[in-house]
Amino acid sequence: MSLIIRELLAGEPIGPDRVDAFLAGRTVPIVEGSRTTFLYRGQADEVLLQHWIHGLPSAQPFTPIPGSDLWYLVMDLPSCSRVEYKLILRRSGREQMIKDPLNRLEARDPFGANSVCHAEGYEVPDWTKPDPEARPGWIEPVKLRSAALGAEVRVGVYHPARFSPERRYPLLVVHDGRDYLRFSEFQTVLDNLIHRLEIAPLIVALVDPVGNRLEEYADHEPHARFLTEELVPAMEDRFPLAGRPGARGLMGASFGAVAALSTACRYPGYYGRLLLQSGSFAFTDIGANRRGPVFDPVVGFVNRFRAEPVQAADEVFVSCGIYESLIYENRSLVPVLQDAGMKVRYVEARDGHNWVNWRDRLREGLSSLFPGPLWMVYE
Amino acid sequence: MSAPITCLLGPQRFDPDVAGVLAEHRLAGRVAMVTAGWQEREREDQELRDHLALPAVNLELYRRAEEVFKSDEELFRLHRARQEQLRRLQKFYRIRLEYLLECTRDLFGREAEPDLLEPEKEDALESVRRLDHHHLTRVREVHREFEERHSPRSRPAVARQREQLKAILNEADLVMIAGGHAAVLLNRLRLFGLDGLVRTLPVVAWSAGAMVLAEQIVLFHDSPPQGAGNAEILDAGLGRCTGVVPLPQASTRLRLNDPVRVSILARRFRDQTCIALDPGSRIILSGGRRLPGRGTRQLHHDGSVRQVEPA
Repeated sequence: MSLIIRELLAGEPIGPDRVDAFLAGRTVPIVEGSRTTFLYRGQADEVLLQHWIHGLPSAQPFTPIPGSDLWYLVMDLPSCSRVEYKLILRRSGREQMIKDPLNRLEARDPFGANSVCHAEGYEVPDWTKPDPEARPGWIEPVKLRSAALGAEVRVGVYHPARFSPERRYPLLVVHDGRDYLRFSEFQTVLDNLIHRLEIAPLIVALVDPVGNRLEEYADHEPHARFLTEELVPAMEDRFPLAGRPGARGLMGASFGAVAALSTACRYPGYYGRLLLQSGSFAFTDIGANRRGPVFDPVVGFVNRFRAEPVQAADEVFVSCGIYESLIYENRSLVPVLQDAGMKVRYVEARDGHNWVNWRDRLREGLSSLFPGPLWMVYE
Repeated sequence: MSAPITCLLGPQRFDPDVAGVLAEHRLAGRVAMVTAGWQEREREDQELRDHLALPAVNLELYRRAEEVFKSDEELFRLHRARQEQLRRLQKFYRIRLEYLLECTRDLFGREAEPDLLEPEKEDALESVRRLDHHHLTRVREVHREFEERHSPRSRPAVARQREQLKAILNEADLVMIAGGHAAVLLNRLRLFGLDGLVRTLPVVAWSAGAMVLAEQIVLFHDSPPQGAGNAEILDAGLGRCTGVVPLPQASTRLRLNDPVRVSILARRFRDQTCIALDPGSRIILSGGRRLPGRGTRQLHHDGSVRQVEPA
């Protein structure tokens, strides 16, 4: 297939007017089948694409188009890929990393925002967008004094729409709850999936680290004790919860997934459901951990778990982006969980280690662990 | 005497048209409402009452069933055991159905000379129909055995509630059955033998309420978050409406632009009409005739979805 950029290059000399005409009304990056053309317009000595696709060199150079200030880079992006990126500009010995000025699509995360490229076939799921027909739930702020953590803990408690104290709800405890709300549209997703009857109405406890996240979420005994011996009993005391393992779940992404699994392993059988997204499940078969000292407790935990797996829960949903450096670790975890007697659903997506990837997997994960009455209810 | 009118409608949550249907068919008077499909929200019926603007009594079948089970623990235990038996049967049926429908969809997606391929497609569908029939027979056996062995309606706790229901229905001019949880609704209607009690009354029903009045209850969704979305028979319905398979919210729940899926569903139930009961749709069954509302569509054997023809 002939690419539009090739047609531009094959034509008459390229001056500013031709570049203006070429860019006018065009969506950038230009997606043509499996080929994606990134563009940058401006003065620079060098332009590079900084992405986080594991397996490719992380900085891909653009090519300048002679006679113009336009730069281009053509990449192969498989169908349904979603890629977050930035542009690196090198000028007069200085380097600057910016969002793509020609692309309005961006994704935010705790560190700022990246530009986003949707390859052919990727669509933002409709259940992630506000639906005027979906009755909204609400979040009640709750404070809890934790002896285990030696701190006051703030928890956001999501109540489903049409909450009734007469019912008994499942409880899902979510690590990095505030980030899931801010970057993964978590409240909208819950409202929509409950409205669509695809998941059961849930009560969700949104927790955040009180101190150093990388310490608290890395197989930290006080954190596990806080969740299991303080938070959940307090929630079951205060809210109408079913209070049985099959109706108790832990969820998290990255280190949050490590926190979820390690907590369940410390209290096997207490949590019946685990939703683990892009878990940082680093391990070593031989030699030292090469991911840095913050991973030492994680590696210790995962190595022990691999050597002596525990049936931590009944059902586990695991997801990971194919473009993540953690794909190998997550793939490796699945048979270990299965061998320990857990029912595992594992899903991969052509995306990276980011909050939108985790958002896009929520429907599949939540509906497999907390299925709603979709099949039976016809209103 | 001909059977009283039955109106099957689409969902009523956003733009209810039930009052309009009543006016159109000169149905008025005291209404007996069944909202048991809403389960513990059964009594949250004020919006419906406001819309109807007719005197209405909620039969409260969900609450009544809870009371029965509380006062007759043995019946509760027997009921639970039967439901567990049905659940297991449904599971076995699903295992078989998954394979048969996968083969059927495979064949329907192929292209070959019609005289070569068509008999294969028809036989694949016949396998599905045989399985449906077998499942329905097994489910009916479970119910018959339960009725014969335990006579639930003659047990005092149920009989008391039935007497009260009879008294309310004697004063009623029509019955309305709202949607909700199809199995919960069906179980409550069956427990109190409501089909017999309302035989001489006009009935207006929507969504799951329409489904339970058919000969069999077909559960369906082409794009569930889990599984292949294989339409399945849940149970025998109350059989007040014959010859129709009501499909509430079909435009949302079914891929009506997929001729293969539409054709398979329509041909699977070839002796009945698969009716898309979307908002505003209706089918009126009266005097042995079937009158569709304007814009009410049916699934056709050729995979198209078009206006229902009167019959």
